[in-house]
Amino acid sequence: MTPSPIDRFATVTSLRAALDRRETTAEALCRTVLDRIAAGDGPLHAFQHVSPERALSRARALDRAPRPAGLLHGIPIALKDNIAVRGLPATAGSRILEHYISPFDATVVEKLERAGAVIVGKTVCDEFAMGSSTENCAYGPSRNPWDLDRIPGGSSGGSAVAVAAGMTPLALGSDTGGSIRQPAALCGIVGLKPTYGRVSRYGLIAFASSLDQIGPMTRSVADAARCLEVISGPDPRDSTAGARPASFIAALSGDIRGLRIGVPYALLESGVADDVQAAFTQSLEVLQKLGAVVSRVELPHSTSGIPVYYLVATAEASSNLARFDGVRYGLHVGGETIDAMYRRTRSAGFGAEVKRRIMLGTYALSAGYYDAYYRKAQQVRTLIRGDFERAFEAVDAVALPTTPTAAFKLGERTGDPLQMYKADVFTVGAPLAGLPALSVPCGLTPNHLPVGLQLVGPAWEEATLLRLADAYERVTPWAGLHPRV
Amino acid sequence: MLASRLMASKLTRDEVRRVATLARLELTDAEIELFTAQLGAILDYASEIQRIDTSGVPATSHALGETGVWRNDQPVPSLDRREILDGAPYADPSAGLFKVPKVL
Repeated sequence: MTPSPIDRFATVTSLRAALDRRETTAEALCRTVLDRIAAGDGPLHAFQHVSPERALSRARALDRAPRPAGLLHGIPIALKDNIAVRGLPATAGSRILEHYISPFDATVVEKLERAGAVIVGKTVCDEFAMGSSTENCAYGPSRNPWDLDRIPGGSSGGSAVAVAAGMTPLALGSDTGGSIRQPAALCGIVGLKPTYGRVSRYGLIAFASSLDQIGPMTRSVADAARCLEVISGPDPRDSTAGARPASFIAALSGDIRGLRIGVPYALLESGVADDVQAAFTQSLEVLQKLGAVVSRVELPHSTSGIPVYYLVATAEASSNLARFDGVRYGLHVGGETIDAMYRRTRSAGFGAEVKRRIMLGTYALSAGYYDAYYRKAQQVRTLIRGDFERAFEAVDAVALPTTPTAAFKLGERTGDPLQMYKADVFTVGAPLAGLPALSVPCGLTPNHLPVGLQLVGPAWEEATLLRLADAYERVTPWAGLHPRV
Repeated sequence: MLASRLMASKLTRDEVRRVATLARLELTDAEIELFTAQLGAILDYASEIQRIDTSGVPATSHALGETGVWRNDQPVPSLDRREILDGAPYADPSAGLFKVPKVL
């Protein structure tokens, strides 16, 4: 490998400063990143698609600008392959979209490029973002850079690997039940799921529309704040994207004295591995030393988060994925009748997990079962939201481990979908309640696998979460540790 | 009661076939077998929520309880028809149409 003056694990914030000081150029940075992907992605398989020509031409155009302007000027970024970029593939990890080229840009893409970011490629994800390991990707899984025999988490696993393994300094993922935070935790990076409506979903291939949010995956909390500043805001093309102005970078004061953190100890009794529990307990002690006040909160209905999530999300998915019908885009398998065409196209194009979830969601919505499953789940969801509302009367944030265990081995849970679903026990609550949540590295297990601390906040209070996590990051070594690559 | 009947019932192969028809999926016998077992286990697990008292609790329709927003009804350009049809797997771009098997 050729030595490069650009630190493989540099943060966006430091790269942006180096560009400002003219120590490097957007083109040099882009070439370095493309070289690292070419050299390193083979065994990791973070990338579904790399677009070197498009990236280099944009980087060169940025270098011709009189002076660096945007918050992400010259910063290479990877996008999960369920986010539309005009002229690039968007497979969403599915065979049904194998040859699809997006005819339009997602709103986040427009915002990123306006801020000067350089899109270098699309990352591997579980098919239609349905999974917790990337093993449901039709084109093969990504691997965890800390241990190639282990999963990177999912569904935004490729984005987590690209950032954690030193390929791109920044990536976007999408989170429906934990798909940003869980792979961030398992790969040792920062992942932020914004409040429902903070970021436009226009151009995000829909999985479960009442839960889906796009968010940043980064090497530092400050980088997540910077990226959120760029991608957030209202959008006439997504009526759920709201105008709630906030400054995320300015929130990083380092001072968290007096902030109140609640821990749902009863929920943790559902099972946390000893090594994860140890890292979590230590992280609470650090936050206390920094002046935060830690107390107990009750989220009594969160133990039902997994069934509620898997009924609501699959019901929405069964409806959203009806659009894959062999007519307008994607795979087409012919048939004598229109119904035969639908059935053959969908059966050939969807993988096992997607079929399973469409089936589960269709069942939960079908006559005779709707009240007992779908409607009941949406009622319990109301109770889960109410628990959080009551908790936030007493605390500013809720802390819990992002995942019950560190990264598991490839193949370990693929035979038992229910076991796979249970990996999401601590992450499904925030999206069900529409709340912002982030994961920040908080330790390594004795096996040298990363552990994530999760902070959940009241709606629209990303700034509080970022301030807490940034203060924590400043006094701990974890975000600065990297896998050997 | 409906809930207790559901909790006691096991998902059958015929129900899986019926749901596959609704979902426009063609499943092999092996898939029917696998999904009957797997979906049955998932539904058994999910049935725990039926023990929760939700009388008088409204169902969530928006995570933050927000309702619809209004915008002006102003025409804006949409995606280019030709480009969309060129990306379709089975269309007649020169006629400006998607194609489907005969339905009438």
